Amino acid sequence: MEKMTYRDALRQALRDAMHEDEDIFIIGEEVGRYGGAYGVTKGLIDEFGPERLLDTPISEPAIVGAAVGAAMAGMRPVAELMYVDFIGMTMDQLCNQAAKIRYMFGGQIGVPMVLRTQGGTGRSAGAQHSQSLEAYVMHTPGLRLAMPATVHDAYHLLRQALKQPDPVVFIEHKGLYALQEDVDLNAPPPAWGKAAVHRQGDDLVIVTYSRQLHYALEAAEILAQDGIEATVIDLRTLNPLDFETIRHAVEQTGKAMVLSEGPLTAGVAAELAARISEECFDFLENPVLRLAGEDIPISVSAGLEAGSVPSPSLVVEYARKLMK
Amino acid sequence: MSIKPTTRSAPSGKVSNTDLIGLYREMRRIRTFEERVGELFVRGQSAGSMLHLSIGEESAAVGVCSAMKGGDTFTTHHRGHGIFLARGADPNRMMAEIAGKDTGYCQGKGGSMHIADRGLGHLGANAIVGGGIPAVVGAGLAAKRRGSGAVSVAFFGDGAMGQGILYESMNMAALWSLPVVFVCINNQWGMGTRVDQATRATVLHERALAFGLKGDTVDSIDVLDVVAAAQGTIDAARAGMPGFLAVDCYRFFGHARKDKSPYRSEEEETDGRKKDPIKQAHTELTQAGHTQQELDAIDGAAAAEMDATIDFAIASNPPAQDAMFRDVFAPGEPEPEPLRQRLDRILARD
Repeated sequence: MEKMTYRDALRQALRDAMHEDEDIFIIGEEVGRYGGAYGVTKGLIDEFGPERLLDTPISEPAIVGAAVGAAMAGMRPVAELMYVDFIGMTMDQLCNQAAKIRYMFGGQIGVPMVLRTQGGTGRSAGAQHSQSLEAYVMHTPGLRLAMPATVHDAYHLLRQALKQPDPVVFIEHKGLYALQEDVDLNAPPPAWGKAAVHRQGDDLVIVTYSRQLHYALEAAEILAQDGIEATVIDLRTLNPLDFETIRHAVEQTGKAMVLSEGPLTAGVAAELAARISEECFDFLENPVLRLAGEDIPISVSAGLEAGSVPSPSLVVEYARKLMK
Repeated sequence: MSIKPTTRSAPSGKVSNTDLIGLYREMRRIRTFEERVGELFVRGQSAGSMLHLSIGEESAAVGVCSAMKGGDTFTTHHRGHGIFLARGADPNRMMAEIAGKDTGYCQGKGGSMHIADRGLGHLGANAIVGGGIPAVVGAGLAAKRRGSGAVSVAFFGDGAMGQGILYESMNMAALWSLPVVFVCINNQWGMGTRVDQATRATVLHERALAFGLKGDTVDSIDVLDVVAAAQGTIDAARAGMPGFLAVDCYRFFGHARKDKSPYRSEEEETDGRKKDPIKQAHTELTQAGHTQQELDAIDGAAAAEMDATIDFAIASNPPAQDAMFRDVFAPGEPEPEPLRQRLDRILARD
């Protein structure tokens, strides 16, 4: 076991993968000399040189588009978007190009690229630098979507993403970079596409991913003091989606809460709740509760920002109400 | 160097100084404000650390804005405090916004990167590089269609020269002969990337010429040069010939408040900071016979004014929690239902 941060685990994953696979290169704004806006790629340019850490002009659509083309030509690019909020500018390259190419061209050409980015609240970064936009990605057939919550997954999910035959959008959480955990990177990770059950309880299941996993675990700890035992599931990847793990837990408990930082309406939580309601209907004792971001933009004001997304205390409050 | 008086008529806009001393005062106010923004951060009173200071770029803001008129509109990039001050912003309301307080221009929702004020023609600062540029095409279209005589000015940095939307916008502005001006404040650095690391074609205004716009570059060292260049560009735009003006300056400090610029040398910074339009104006004014006392009084007044902005911001309240749901849509429209309310409704039915 060693102490490692989420940030360092991501860097280690990139480093190890780049040593193994000469076709991997990183392309994005400030990824080389600067070392990434959040320090993930710091020092890699010294190790791999500027040809494998391509600093670009501020040209997000061309960054993603160039990665698509390089992947089509047999390379394995890692494109970086400094903030997931910038994904809007790249939607054509991501959703019309990367996501469609394999299918549209009859399976001839794959796009084995990773788009690394980060999202979420917590830094008073305002409406255009704090969003949780994973639903845009999950809504688009042809894109894989990974969202690591732990240091172990920061490493292993990224390594696994870099072995996928299809485009993977890899969304980190800006509030997790400094998260430090004791990890054994040699411990085998769950398979790609498998959820992780972090806590087992008979009373309800909380299904979540990314930073909200930590909120769920914090809440579950408090609930346990009241004798309410929750199962907490970290989905790890939203595409592929491990519904079997969810189904099993819902069948055991009969009560389900879905927890996500993204906006409630038509969001990831909406999809998960709908699926649980449809597929586990006979086992449910209550409506599936969605705890998600409010349907509003994120404010720079810290109080409004924090109030815009679920907190551990909100999870505790509604888990208790669900148990009544 | 002698003082070159400007000959333009007094605009009805906020920057009504027609002489160097007035321009000096405006530049000093901006620099002092930016220094106080830094202090607000150090005191833990700013909303976050994404504070992008325009120290060193004051002549670009003051020079261009002094050539604008009341009724003109503009958008800025994320480094836009100085521009808005030069267009007549109330520094108290700006500082309060930067602190995320309800007395701020956007009620504490926007912050440093999202200050706007419809009344002063500020259509918004932006945290997406290039994000505010096409809005001036639209504002120019509106002005042309309504015959208002207004010009719309997009302010952005050299970093935005990499964004495709700039070129789409310039093409439309030229094609339709819109009263639009694109102002690139070229401070040489887009975050940690020097302009020549982002493009081989570093004479930025030449790109505008290719689209059929008027294009020019001016050095920021002498604010009167900036005034003259901006006046020419803006007057032409008002007459239907859109233009592009690059103002060459230097970003004195890091990209944002926490960035110590490890990617550039001390020598470069020392050299770059010699391009100081405030020092230059000070020297010229002294040579023209203005006393040290007189200039100190201007500096002192700016210091007192901007000190007060910190007190104002700190004394102001954060926005009330129920303001969270306001302004997603227009007043009178139903607000989004708060999550708690929704969950309680669902559980009550159960």
